[in-house]
Amino acid sequence: MKLTVQDLNSHYGPAHILFDIGFEVGEGEVVALLGRNGAGKSTTFRSIVGLVAQRSGRITFEGKDVSTKPTHEIVREGLGYVPEERRIFTDLTVEENLEVGRQPKRPNAPHWTREKLFALFPNLGEMKNRPGGRMSGGEQQMLTIARTLMGNPSLVLLDEPSEGLSPKIVEQMVDAILTMKKEGVSIVVSEQNLHFARLISDRAYIIERGRICFGGTMAELDARPDIRDAHLSL
Amino acid sequence: MAFYVVQFLTGLASAASLFLVASGLSIIFGVTRIVNFAHGAFYMIGAYIAFTLTERLSGAFGFWGGIVLAAFAVALIGVIVEMVLLRRIYHAPELFQLLATFGLTLMVEDLVVLIWGPDDLVGRRAPGFRGAIDFFGQNIPSYDLFLIVLGPVVLGILWLLFQRTRWGVLVRAATQDRDMVAALGVNQKWLFTSVFAVGVFLAALGGALQIPRDAVHHAMDLRIIVEVFVVVVIGGLGSIVGAFVAAVLVSELNAFGILIFPKISIILVFLVMAVVLIVRPWGLFGKPEAAARKTPGLTVNPWRPLTSNERLMALAALIVAAMLPLFAGNYLLTVGSEIAIFVIFAVSLHFLMSVGGLASFGHAAYFGLGAYGIAFLAKMAGLPMIVCLLLGPLLGCMGAAVFGFFAVQLSGVYFAMLTLAFAQIVWSIAFQWVNVTGGDNGILGLWPSSWAASPSRFYWLSLGVAALVTVALRAMVFSPFGYALRATRDSGLRSEAIGIDAKRIQWTAFVIAGTTAGIGGALFAYLKGSVFPDNLGISLSVDALVMVLLGGVETVSGAVIGAIVYKALNIWLVSQTDLSKLVLGGFIMLIVVVFPKGIVGTLEMLAQRRKKASPPGSPLLAKPIESAE
Repeated sequence: MKLTVQDLNSHYGPAHILFDIGFEVGEGEVVALLGRNGAGKSTTFRSIVGLVAQRSGRITFEGKDVSTKPTHEIVREGLGYVPEERRIFTDLTVEENLEVGRQPKRPNAPHWTREKLFALFPNLGEMKNRPGGRMSGGEQQMLTIARTLMGNPSLVLLDEPSEGLSPKIVEQMVDAILTMKKEGVSIVVSEQNLHFARLISDRAYIIERGRICFGGTMAELDARPDIRDAHLSL
Repeated sequence: MAFYVVQFLTGLASAASLFLVASGLSIIFGVTRIVNFAHGAFYMIGAYIAFTLTERLSGAFGFWGGIVLAAFAVALIGVIVEMVLLRRIYHAPELFQLLATFGLTLMVEDLVVLIWGPDDLVGRRAPGFRGAIDFFGQNIPSYDLFLIVLGPVVLGILWLLFQRTRWGVLVRAATQDRDMVAALGVNQKWLFTSVFAVGVFLAALGGALQIPRDAVHHAMDLRIIVEVFVVVVIGGLGSIVGAFVAAVLVSELNAFGILIFPKISIILVFLVMAVVLIVRPWGLFGKPEAAARKTPGLTVNPWRPLTSNERLMALAALIVAAMLPLFAGNYLLTVGSEIAIFVIFAVSLHFLMSVGGLASFGHAAYFGLGAYGIAFLAKMAGLPMIVCLLLGPLLGCMGAAVFGFFAVQLSGVYFAMLTLAFAQIVWSIAFQWVNVTGGDNGILGLWPSSWAASPSRFYWLSLGVAALVTVALRAMVFSPFGYALRATRDSGLRSEAIGIDAKRIQWTAFVIAGTTAGIGGALFAYLKGSVFPDNLGISLSVDALVMVLLGGVETVSGAVIGAIVYKALNIWLVSQTDLSKLVLGGFIMLIVVVFPKGIVGTLEMLAQRRKKASPPGSPLLAKPIESAE
């Protein structure tokens, strides 16, 4: 298994947010983490990369226990994280944003260069010197993914990549994620949009109020409309 | 005309050191979000070490080598401080960080006297820049010209460092979003340490470069840090270009201010700062802060009025305190009065800080103004004590009204820096305007009227006023005004959205706190029989902060306990050792690192633990406050 999460519990101060979360991601797999707003998708991701201080449980990445490591060490193991809010460095140019993400080559992961990323996201190549703050939401979303890929991760946590984007950009996003998969990057993508998730994912988990309540292939999920309606529809 | 040109050039030369120190402070703040109060101390150590090295090493290389070596040596000290002290408090509220670095400053002040002695040290002239250049009959020291060139050169080097190196890109990224930088695999620890080292290097270099111009002495840290705070408030915290422009502006204002207001030249700087703050509250080149972290606030612990049992206990404690004259001698009663007065002072700051969320670093200004108010009324107008006591605090009230108006435009560290700068301005006026205030000699011979003259009567008076003030401010916490103030503290935007005029509420709180401090100052003037500029100095402001912190910022009345414990300890300490600043500084750092909740806060926490099992993983020192999603 590429990534295994077991019994993950997280707190924000006195509030208990995640309850015994567990899921797995296989080598080269794209797994969707589905759930409504506030279900705990982002907190799950933030806990995996160590951005939530109060967390317990076991997180195994490529056979190594990373559950107590600090964020930067987890990321340097090859576990990339793309936050929901994008968190572009607005004062830095596109190239400088990419520079922040740059990490050495990794033997078991595809190697990304600026040129390769500008080929993946042509829009970015046209605005190399534009400050991050003067880009559209879609462009920022591309930049935040490209920035994480500069770290040559073997697995990427993608937090709601389609949120707030126009249909045309969403299409580009689907292409980009499929390209990443083809290159051999394992991906966990959190989504509210089942249609988007279906286009890219092999398997899916559903999270509701901090608990995993379904896990299976996309076909298995489609066979259970009751679950889909109970946990995903508005 | 030539004279003005020379004056202008002198100003530019002074700007160089100021710029170095201010840019260092700005860089450190940008990444670590710590306002490094100890920056002035590093500047001072830089000057002292450079003095020793340039004396020991010979020749031109010895001088310049000594300057650079000194800066490196101090940077190394900075690295140790960062790793040992600051790493423990990055997640603490910013107020604690300011206090910890202030504690460090206190320790350094005593240490340099221990090592280099109390006398001013006059350093060597710079080889190659000993002479002066004649400019239409006026002399310009050639070293000044060197400094004038150096400023822009350093600006250029810093610019290249930040724009053209990977380190610079990482620093700029971390300035905006530290967590995201970590989430991209960058080790923040070393980034922070290196940034701190660079900032301290710049401060030490600024200090070292001063030795051919000025004597080295053990109070140069406070002088520079206040100017630096003014510079970064004007220029915008976090902007290096802003630091440069503001350093030049402030230095020129000082150079020409002397010509316009020879006695109180600092007024000019104040006026310019006020204008900048009204037009651009974040400084000329600064950016508005994204919602700042709440200043106090380690946990959420709802406040409630005292139960009737607790009221009885407080009343009993007051009665016991009132019986002190039955068995204590005159000395103890004087100490008792002083403690009661400091309870008033601490409670007033606590109101502003804990209830209002506005951590003032210059609260002594209003205490001192109250004291000077008494001095003016009693000595110049010859009014009786009771009238003086009623009117004297009005000076504190007026000061708080004027400065508070500007200060509440800002929040967080900006507020702290601005209040500190205001207090220092008031101090300078008291110190420099000798005709009115007596300057350093103060105003002597203020004695209470006969009805309050005996130590026991004065003690009862102080105790009574302290009790009244504490009860009144407590009542205010649980009044509609208190609710509005606390709402503003907890969320400015939300309280404005429900129709609370946040700035006006905060301004009112500032004036109330200032007036109350003025009452304490008025009593203090009568207790001591004199007023001095020290009554509004920085160290008194910090005393107040430590009292509040020691008691516990998050409690409703921790300040009372904090004031009693701290003041008693302080009086005892001063009578025991000459190195009281060293001990006090260490003590402050200890509280911040080990007991961030203070005495009352810690007791409350223990009591709560007894009541129920502690909430999961609630640590003594706060983890970063995260927003739930």
